[in-house]
Amino acid sequence: MKLTVDGLHITLDRTPILRGVNLDVRPGGIVGLVGPNGSGKSTLLRAVYRSLRPAGGVVRVGGDDVWALSARAAARRTAAVLQDASGNISGLSVAEIVALGRTPHHGLLGRDGPEDRRAVDEAIDRCGVRPFANRDHTSLSGGERQRVLLARALAQRPDLLVLDELTNHLDIRARFELLDLIRATGITTLAVLHDLDLAARLCDQVIALHSGTVVAAGPVLEVLTPDLLRTVFGVRARTDRHPDGVIRITYEAQPLADGQDNVPSPY
Amino acid sequence: MSRPRLWAGTFGLLAVLAATMVVAISIGAVNIPVGDVWSVIVHHVTGRGATGDPALDQIVWEFRTPRVVLAAVVGAGLAVTGAVLQTLVANPLADPIVLGFSYGASLGAVLVITVGGAALGGVGVSGTAFLGALAAGILVFALGQRAGRLAPTRLVLAGVAVGYVLLSATSFVQLKATPTELRTVMFWMLGSVAGAQWDQIPTVTVVVIGGTALVTLFGRRLNALLSGDEAATALGVDVHRLRALLLVVSALLTGTVIAVAGSIGFVGLMIPHLIRLTVGADHRRLLPLTALLGAVYLVLVDLLSRTVNRPNELPLGILTALLGAPVFLWLLRRNKNLDAA
Repeated sequence: MKLTVDGLHITLDRTPILRGVNLDVRPGGIVGLVGPNGSGKSTLLRAVYRSLRPAGGVVRVGGDDVWALSARAAARRTAAVLQDASGNISGLSVAEIVALGRTPHHGLLGRDGPEDRRAVDEAIDRCGVRPFANRDHTSLSGGERQRVLLARALAQRPDLLVLDELTNHLDIRARFELLDLIRATGITTLAVLHDLDLAARLCDQVIALHSGTVVAAGPVLEVLTPDLLRTVFGVRARTDRHPDGVIRITYEAQPLADGQDNVPSPY
Repeated sequence: MSRPRLWAGTFGLLAVLAATMVVAISIGAVNIPVGDVWSVIVHHVTGRGATGDPALDQIVWEFRTPRVVLAAVVGAGLAVTGAVLQTLVANPLADPIVLGFSYGASLGAVLVITVGGAALGGVGVSGTAFLGALAAGILVFALGQRAGRLAPTRLVLAGVAVGYVLLSATSFVQLKATPTELRTVMFWMLGSVAGAQWDQIPTVTVVVIGGTALVTLFGRRLNALLSGDEAATALGVDVHRLRALLLVVSALLTGTVIAVAGSIGFVGLMIPHLIRLTVGADHRRLLPLTALLGAVYLVLVDLLSRTVNRPNELPLGILTALLGAPVFLWLLRRNKNLDAA
C-alpha cells in the first residue's frame, strides 16, 4: 500500500520537530529513513502509525488520511515494530504476544476465529519463533525479542510496515537474517536505521532527514554522497559499489574537526 | 491456555467458591451441619423444601449468609480493581490504596462518623465513602496528566501524594472523635463485613459483576497495553481513552466496595499476581479468575477473622495485611525489572 506524507509539521512541547516533510513510498517499496540523532526520524514514524497528530500536513496510507480512519482501521493497515519498551508486568507467552497483532481486527465482543489463528501461526513460522513460542517473553535474548515483535506486526497482516531501529543491539548475523526476512515479506516498508551500511543493504531508496526536513531522497548511492555524509552526519566518507554489488561506505579515521563543518550547509 | 481449560478453571473456581461459602456459613458460635445450611439456602432461593428450625433458619439466612455473600463480592471487587490498575499504570504494585482511592473513602466515612451525617446533608457512611473514593480518583487523574495524557508514573506519584494528604486529614478528624466514635472509625478503616445486611447486597453485587464483565470485554486491549503505550497505539488501541474509562470504572468499583466494607488492603495486590503466576497475564482469563479467587480468599479471611479470637472479631484489614505483606515483599524481590524502570 502506498504511503504519502505531505507537508508534515509536528510540534512537541512547542518545539517544532518536523518542518514540512514530504515523502512517498511506492507500494512494495522499502525505504530507509536515515539522519543524525534528533533529526525527527522516530517522530515521523509516530505520525505514520497514528500516534502523533500533526500540527499541519497529512499522512496518507493507501490514499486515506490516517486521522480520517479510526485507530483500529489505521492499525489494520499499518503495523509498527518499535524499540522494545514492554512494561514491568510480564506473563504473556511469545505466542500470546504474537496474537496481540490481531487486536485491531476485533471489537469488544470479537473472539478469535480460524483466520486469526492462521495469521498468528504463519507469523510465528515465518519469523522462526516457533521453538520458543510457549516461553515467557522476558526469558528471550535481544534478537529473539525483535523477531517476536516482528511476528506480532506480521500477524496484524499489514499493508505497511514501520520499523524503528529494528536491528539495534543485534549481532551482525541476526541483523542480516532479520533484514532478509523483511525483504521476503514484500510488504511496503519504512524503516528507521542508524546503521548506514544496513540501510544500503535493505533499502531500494533512502530518505535523509536533517533538523526536521528531508534533505535528500532517492537511490542509496545518489543520497549517501560524501557531501551529504559530511554536512548531515559530520563524517568524511566515501560510498561506492563493490564489484559483487554490495554498496559500502568507507569512513575516514577522523571525524570532521571542529570548525571544518562551518561551511554553510546547502540544505 | 485453550478455551476449554479456561472454562474448566472458571467452573472449578466457581465450585470452590460455592463450597467455601457454604462451609463458612456453617461455622460460627453455633456450628451448623453443612447439609442444614444447604437446605435453608435452597429453601430461600427456590422456595421449595421445609425451613425447619426457625432459629437455625435465622442464623443461616439473616446473619451468616449476607455476611459471607458480602465478603465474596467485596473480595472479587477489590481483586479485579487491583488487576486492572496494575495494567493501567504499568506497575505491578498498584492497587486502590497506592492510588489513593481508599484514603478518599476513609476520609469520607470518618467525617460522617465524627461530624455526623446530618451536617453533611444526611448522607450515610456508605455514601460519603463512595464520594470520597470518587473524588480522590478524579484528583489523582487531574494530577496524573501531562498535556491531556495520563502518564503511568505520574499517576502513581499523584496517587501516593493524594493518599498522604487524605490520610493526614483523616487523622486530624480522628483527633476530634470521642472514644466510642473512634472505635467505630478504627474498625471501619481496617475493614469488616460484620454488619452485612441483605439490603446492602444488590447494589454492590451489580457493580462488581457488571464492572468485572466490562473490564473483561476490554481484555484484548488491556493485553495490548502490556506492550507499552506506543505499541498499543500501533495496535489500534486508543490508549488515553481506554485509561480514562477504566480508571473511572476502577474508582467506581473501589468506592462501592469500600462503602460497604471499609478499606481492606492487599487483596488487589495479591490475588491478581497469584492468577498471573498460574494462568498467565491474558486479561480475558486473568480478570474473571481473579474475581473468583478474590471472592474465595476474602470469604476465608472473614471466616478466620471471626474464629481465631472468639468471641472477638478481628478487622479484615489486619489479616489481609498480615497475609499480604509477605507476598508484596516477595514480589518486590522477584521483580527484576523494577529497578531498571
